[in-house]
Amino acid sequence: MSANTSGNNPSGTPGEVTVSFDGRPITTSAGQSVGSALVTNGITAWRDTRKHARPRGLFCGIGVCFDCLVTVDGAPNQRACLVEVHEGMEIKGSSEPNVPPLAEPEGGRK
Amino acid sequence: MNAASDVLVIGAGVIGAATAYFATQQGLTVTVLDKGLPASGTSSACEGNILVSDKELGPELELTRYSLDVWHGDLAEHKRLWEFESKGGIIVASRESSLASLNRVMASQAGYGVRVDRLDPDDLRKAEPHITPDALGGAFYPEDCQVQPMLVAGHLVRLATQAGARFVADTPVSGFLRSGDRVTGVRTPRGDFSAGAVVNCTGTWAGQLAALAGVSVPVLPRRGFVMVTEPLPPMIHHKVYAAEYIDNVGSSDAGLQASPVVEGTPSGTILIGSTRERVGFDRTVSTDALRLLAGNGVSLFPFLEHVKAIRHYHGFRPYCPDHLPVIGHDERAPGLWHAAGHEGAGIGLSAGTGKLLAQALAGQSPDLALAPFAPARFGEQALNSTTHREEATA
Amino acid sequence: MSAALPGTVEADVAVVGAGPAGLAAAVASAEAGAAVVVVDAGPQPGGQFWRHRPESVEPDPDGKGHHGWRTYRDLRARFDAARHSGRITYVPGQQVWMAEKVHAGFVVRTTPTVTAGPTSGTADGGSTVVARRLVLCPGGYDRQLPVPGWDLPGVMAAGGIQAFIKGNGGLPGKRFVIAGTGPFLLPVAAGIAEAGGQVLAVLESSSPKAWLPHLRAAAGVPEKALEGVEYGAVFARHRIPYRIRTIVTEVLGTDCASGVRTAKVDAEGRVRPGTERVYRDVDVVGFGWGFTPQMELPLSLGVETRMDADGSLVGVVTERQESSIPGLFLAGEVTGVGGATLAVLEGLTAGTAAAAAPAPAAVVPGLRAMARHRRFAEAMHRAHPVPAAWQDWLAPQTTVCRCEEVTAGEITAARDDLGAHHARTLKSFTRAGMGWCQGRVCGFAAACLGAGPGAAPSIESLSGAAKRPLAAPVGIGELAALKNTDD
Repeated sequence: MSANTSGNNPSGTPGEVTVSFDGRPITTSAGQSVGSALVTNGITAWRDTRKHARPRGLFCGIGVCFDCLVTVDGAPNQRACLVEVHEGMEIKGSSEPNVPPLAEPEGGRK
Repeated sequence: MNAASDVLVIGAGVIGAATAYFATQQGLTVTVLDKGLPASGTSSACEGNILVSDKELGPELELTRYSLDVWHGDLAEHKRLWEFESKGGIIVASRESSLASLNRVMASQAGYGVRVDRLDPDDLRKAEPHITPDALGGAFYPEDCQVQPMLVAGHLVRLATQAGARFVADTPVSGFLRSGDRVTGVRTPRGDFSAGAVVNCTGTWAGQLAALAGVSVPVLPRRGFVMVTEPLPPMIHHKVYAAEYIDNVGSSDAGLQASPVVEGTPSGTILIGSTRERVGFDRTVSTDALRLLAGNGVSLFPFLEHVKAIRHYHGFRPYCPDHLPVIGHDERAPGLWHAAGHEGAGIGLSAGTGKLLAQALAGQSPDLALAPFAPARFGEQALNSTTHREEATA
Repeated sequence: MSAALPGTVEADVAVVGAGPAGLAAAVASAEAGAAVVVVDAGPQPGGQFWRHRPESVEPDPDGKGHHGWRTYRDLRARFDAARHSGRITYVPGQQVWMAEKVHAGFVVRTTPTVTAGPTSGTADGGSTVVARRLVLCPGGYDRQLPVPGWDLPGVMAAGGIQAFIKGNGGLPGKRFVIAGTGPFLLPVAAGIAEAGGQVLAVLESSSPKAWLPHLRAAAGVPEKALEGVEYGAVFARHRIPYRIRTIVTEVLGTDCASGVRTAKVDAEGRVRPGTERVYRDVDVVGFGWGFTPQMELPLSLGVETRMDADGSLVGVVTERQESSIPGLFLAGEVTGVGGATLAVLEGLTAGTAAAAAPAPAAVVPGLRAMARHRRFAEAMHRAHPVPAAWQDWLAPQTTVCRCEEVTAGEITAARDDLGAHHARTLKSFTRAGMGWCQGRVCGFAAACLGAGPGAAPSIESLSGAAKRPLAAPVGIGELAALKNTDD
């Protein structure tokens, strides 16, 4: 599972990792958290609250507050401060709570 | 000695709150005591159901319909305070056999004037797009509603106090004041409270309070777990349950049972209820209950498999052997009244119960006869069933 | 990292947490001959205190910016050796969502901390640990007091800033203001400065004078004074202003923090008129008001609790760190916030005792050292209290519960109109503490608001705020697939 942590990056710079945020490529380094990758690229908020659509980003930084929720590679509601980046990771912010993956086409599972 | 009042309500759950509220509307002076804060017992550990769809024909259905009129009538102006939602209920059948029973129930309820519409699989998917593909059909009950039950209790106590009632928190009752046979008040650590009528609205704990007055009211706890999901966009639009729910409600089986009851809430969370088991006041979390709830939720709405639960809670539904509540004056202890034992229907029935009881307390003839709910109806044999009463740990 | 997770693991001793207390407990238990399972939410050992960059990227961290790194290296070497010899089974990246007491001991059920990225567990990758004894070392997190604007992006927990630096090696911004109370603000600010950030000010609501009645207790732990000297040097080198009896009254900004308004306060925390000042061009505001121990697991098992000198709910333990539940041991912040050195000592004690139980370990070696550290911690708590008047800083529209966006005005209305004086009832009436974090962040503040201005919350209210029947979010699919291990 940890195979693509550092290697396999097209840019060639050792340790450099390219991920995407809402479709836009951003560069970070291996071992960074998603939250760090976003904040160090100038993205300080990536979620709007349910009630008043207020922006949210990192707060507690250690997985307690769930303010920094983000969708990673299709997995909704991941804590950006805890998930580590890998090359090609797709990160999506959201202005709505994340819709869970719905049932696959018939016969798709089980 | 605290100031005497016409009515002393013990318990500030929804039943006590509604009784206090309607008693003040009758012009009576009211004091409300609670061993804790408002809505600290079963009222804060349920789903806020106001259901017509699950009722058996008979006195409970009549009380339900009366209560519904009170929610929509006397209490209509306060609807927003407690997030009243006329969302409607849907019963889903996923097996041919349960579809057949559902059709029978629908026909019989419709005969009694319950509004119910048959849903074929297409209608069902229009109403609930994420319902299981196994669903064969269902029934839609437009009268089923939901409220936030803690807010009902909290605001009814507040409205009662605004109308002159006195609320005293953190005041457990330790005994009764008597004048001969007659109950004339209660003893508490905050002194004695005397009243013309003492109303036992202590829900699951009503049997214990009655015992302090030397009478038996066979109210027993039935534990129910409810699971709460992470907040989501609206995915479920009605109160949705499986046809087997109807069978479980009236069941006397002591073992763990669960039927899927799934619904969204205004806050975005989804409630998955509810287990029913008779284990006394045991508060131990049961992984069996969680597994059953989760499995049943997924069987109704497969998308839930990929959703997270963020908490669960449990409450102790108060029930009587005949699954009817106890409402009215207790002639075995004159001056003592009861309103308890509403099982899983207490929220919905609270409005009607409070109004009827207030009418009786004011000396009027209540809009609906209370005879079927008479506290003394169980006779002496009931005494035995309460001797092994569980200890309250709440 | 986590290849094939065992479904069910059995052990003599289960340890939850791999920070200072957990590592110490695991090592002590294993070295005393017990078969140990260590469950930790983090992807690698260290906890919050010894958080370091992923070892996949930096296999041999030098411990720069860490305290007690030699202790960590020692514990880690012993931990690795015990893993090697099979004495310790290590289950990283798993959060405990439930712990139960059963006839044979304890059952601990886990779920993956993250389900994305290189350290992810699989969707159904929870595990079940069955152990005769359980040592809970879940640590704590920054205690927060709401203030207008604290929900803007750019406002972080002070400990969150430190975790960011330790875990990522960079900074979450350039210009910082750190505010709150307690000695912990110092290493946070020093860490920022040493990483190249600019600390415009450290704002401490208390005053060094508050230590005066407690000097004897403070002198009992001289290394703390040395740490203070060290930070003093860093502050001088980076010209970091340290302002006492000063608070942030408002975080400025519309969509993210851009500055702070500050004011001087008296000893009770009441704002002194005419002392307002504004710091502009601030990227990050860090707040820390002491720490909140993670009490949900001890509470779910029914341990006896008490209120510590800092107003936190903590577990009552014996000299051997055993709780009121036989076989259940607690170590670290859940027995009283007291720092990493004390946590290690408690962990060693708990681990040794858990391995020996039910036969009591004859001698508890670190007792006197622990007593000294506890006296120091108590002095620290008394010198750096949550200001009594903090509720006056709130505006009615100030957000208290960040998850459910419940305001101070809504909470005080529920208190005054609906009689909700306890956190649990406030939660029922307002949804404060009902959201994703389940009141971890707002629980203390909500309990204080329920008690009313200037009053301290009761232990029942704190307990109501800290009870979480699910100690972590868990997939409904995982729950549906549970197997019954109760019998």
